[in-house]
Amino acid sequence: MSNEEGAALSGLFTGVSDLQESRSVKGTPASRLPAFVLGEELGDMADRDPRVIVMTADLASANRTTEFRDRHPDRFFDFGIAEKNMITTAAGMASAGLVPYAATFAAFCAILCAEQIRTDCAYTDLPVRVLGHHSGMSMGFYGTSHHALEDLAMMRTIAGLTVVCTTDANHLRAVLRASLDHPGAMYIRMGRGRDPEVYGAVPEIAFGRAIRLREGADLTIIATGAQVRAALDAAESLAGQGIQARVVDMFTIKPLDEAEIRAAAAETGAILTVEEHNIIGGLGSAVAEVLVECERLPFRRHGMPDEYALIGPPAGLYAHYRLDAPGVTAVALELLGRG
Amino acid sequence: MVERSAAHGRNFTREFLEERARFVRLETVRLTKIAGAGHYSSTFSAAELLACLYYGQLRINPAQPDWPDRDRFVLSKGHIAIGLYPILADLGYFDPKLLDDYTRLGSPFGDHPDMKKIPGCDFSSGSLGHGLSVCLGMALAARPQKRDYRVYCMLGDGELNEGQVWEAAMAASHYGVQNLVAIVDANRLQIDGATADIMGVEPIDERFASFGWEVRRIDGHDIDAVLAAFDALPQGTTGKPQVIVADTIKGRGVQMMELSLNWHVGNLVGRDYDAVIEEIKAGLQPVAATEVRP
Repeated sequence: MSNEEGAALSGLFTGVSDLQESRSVKGTPASRLPAFVLGEELGDMADRDPRVIVMTADLASANRTTEFRDRHPDRFFDFGIAEKNMITTAAGMASAGLVPYAATFAAFCAILCAEQIRTDCAYTDLPVRVLGHHSGMSMGFYGTSHHALEDLAMMRTIAGLTVVCTTDANHLRAVLRASLDHPGAMYIRMGRGRDPEVYGAVPEIAFGRAIRLREGADLTIIATGAQVRAALDAAESLAGQGIQARVVDMFTIKPLDEAEIRAAAAETGAILTVEEHNIIGGLGSAVAEVLVECERLPFRRHGMPDEYALIGPPAGLYAHYRLDAPGVTAVALELLGRG
Repeated sequence: MVERSAAHGRNFTREFLEERARFVRLETVRLTKIAGAGHYSSTFSAAELLACLYYGQLRINPAQPDWPDRDRFVLSKGHIAIGLYPILADLGYFDPKLLDDYTRLGSPFGDHPDMKKIPGCDFSSGSLGHGLSVCLGMALAARPQKRDYRVYCMLGDGELNEGQVWEAAMAASHYGVQNLVAIVDANRLQIDGATADIMGVEPIDERFASFGWEVRRIDGHDIDAVLAAFDALPQGTTGKPQVIVADTIKGRGVQMMELSLNWHVGNLVGRDYDAVIEEIKAGLQPVAATEVRP
């Protein structure tokens, strides 16, 4: 084990016992894991821009904003276990000319502070960046209190709020950089911080424009967050069975890239959405809202059924709910009538 | 004559501030009639506080609402925006005629204030319990920008039921935010009854003190006392956060409304309307009630 990897294994909620049970990231250096680039990237941004402020709610060690704290102690605020105060305080700061990044578990910002995000950040059109990490069921056996499988549904009904999922470490860097001068409030959804790599370099992105990662005509898999890796691996597996899948990283949930969805409907044989979220209200629902105005084609929303997750390690949960590559492959085959 | 000079160049007397408080009450009655319903009594309890703040204390420039070095004021008890709008209009933030369409379709002015639509409104409010956190953020933002403005937050006593207020209170003292000034309009009533009966909040002063705040407790209808409390605020952005607990009477200035549970939201019509206008014009009379009335 390299020193870099060793360091990556020591953090709260990122510890070695969890790692063995999570998605496999063996061999991935820390510099390529989202959990370890967040503080660094924000620190770099703050070097260049005096408006950048970072805050958390007693989770600096989990989200690694500790690196930012060490580099910019005067621009870092830990508000303790008081998330609602943190989000609203961020809005106050933003109204006075700063660009605050407020990071905590997705369950404790998007869900706990939904009203503060709507009323204080979005209604006021202020540049608050809410960073919801450990989203979905990536907290595994910590249980439903620590899962966020409803956050996209809640956030995307808030007018004026930009809702973005980060795919991997390089994509997170791209999202953070692009967020700095983006108008209005943003909800930025992150996984557990060790999401498998999709982008070998920091991609060029524009909010509201999906990234087409693979071409294919038989079906389109539209995925978001860590499920993009699963979708790509599923597409590879499907290719071995003679099925060519287009894969789209729909990282912006709002505003949605409707043109990309219409293109998929017009140019490919079926559409499968994949997300680590309740199938009600998230990416699949958003895509469905566009598809009802298109010509009919086979379509399936794949994600968490409308229930609370079993207790289990993340890798076990992803397999159980068919959100890993074999699971997505199987669901795609069912959709195409070949399951 | 109040012995006090206005830092921003306004000259004022106690009589002038009393007259501006009457103006707040009269406009509240007029605008409520336009809307058909309004928050009379919780605006009346704060009339002297609002007059003293805007005409005697805040470092503001109505010609430049977004002046970065201005003092901020957030009406955390946003339901008394009806008392704030006339002051902003009077100071020149916008044309007073705009208020003639108060709450009508497309008006910038609703029962709760919208910072995106109203020049001079530093933050939107209405959901109780948020304002102190907003002000904490504004006050902290002065530090990296090396500014020396103050941030004033007006809360109700019923609002202190909200847990987020105490999250903000704890954080404000933790970070030593001395340029944060909370003003509690302690008018003793909330919608369902006396605060003491619904959800007791006293002793407000001791509770804030135990959270690490510098506390002053005054009669919120006594203009000299309000100005003296403002004068006693320390300079500088770091130290203890400051709270002024203003003991007030909900409905003050209209005797039938004083400490009455019936007038949180209401609409005066006919002779009642005319009588209330005359009563307000006559100035504050002796307090009609010392206990909460049904």
